[in-house]
Amino acid sequence: MTIIVNGTAKSDPAADVAGLLTQLGLDPARVAVEYNRNILARERFAATTLADGDELEIVQFVGGG
Amino acid sequence: MDPLILAGRKFTSRLLVGTGKFSSNAAMVAAMEASGCEIVTVALRRVDIDNPKDSILAHIDRQKYLLLPNTSGARDAEEAVRLARLARAAGCEPWVKLEVTPDPFYLLPDPIETFKAAEILVKEGFIVLPYINADPVLAKRLQEIGVATVMPLGAPIGTNKGLKTREQIAIIIEQAIVPVVVDAGLGAPSHAAEAMEMGADCVLVNTALAVARDPGAMGAAFKKGVEAGREAYLAGLGEQRQQAEASSPLTGFLHR
Repeated sequence: MTIIVNGTAKSDPAADVAGLLTQLGLDPARVAVEYNRNILARERFAATTLADGDELEIVQFVGGG
Repeated sequence: MDPLILAGRKFTSRLLVGTGKFSSNAAMVAAMEASGCEIVTVALRRVDIDNPKDSILAHIDRQKYLLLPNTSGARDAEEAVRLARLARAAGCEPWVKLEVTPDPFYLLPDPIETFKAAEILVKEGFIVLPYINADPVLAKRLQEIGVATVMPLGAPIGTNKGLKTREQIAIIIEQAIVPVVVDAGLGAPSHAAEAMEMGADCVLVNTALAVARDPGAMGAAFKKGVEAGREAYLAGLGEQRQQAEASSPLTGFLHR
């Protein structure tokens, strides 16, 4: 299975979004996720199963004015 | 100093601080602490999947500072709305500094796209703080649709030039029914003081602090500038005159 994360192909991801974040070393409390262009509420990270071709955007806060 | 009421919330400080461009998180925190600010802006960006960095949230005490996410990077209303919604999903309160800056050279805000995005975000319950050029008509139109503040620029972002739009900002302040935040271009505490003396309700500063040799000390300097300006505004400044007016009495000279 291959999904697209932040524009880059990723093979063999975890089964769900929560697992993927762990796999990437990201704290789910400090990111926001778009799943196939729709914002995914944090409570739904664990219940959202990944499928081939899924596109995810994972963003976080950085310094800005 | 009198408190600032912004969207029904009370703040002691009238200085908002941006968190971009600091050389280190420690320098950023030093500037925030010394400035006395209670609101800090942050941006949203894609996580670098190959090299995930520590989130800036690890360094900001959310009990102490209200996070004001911006929509920087947005080139149109749609992108700005998307960023605002993402920021809310990331756990922020629904406050947003709305900025739509399609022009990469001067980063001037697009008034039409900003207005469109503001309409959508206000309807969705966001507390919208739009970054705008110092255009009194646009400021008025935005206030009519329910924004929480207007944030006219003093000069383009990061230029440190000061209040180049002074005359226009004076009109915005005169007509404002929401707090006016002078944002962008303020490079020195005297610039911040000038804005506050004119009656601006608060100012937002980032670059001037971030590029200072000592960001902490500069944060303290801006705090004083903002407070001095506010106090002078409240105290009532004298009017400017063309001709001299003696400060000493003109009567009772020795030889008359």
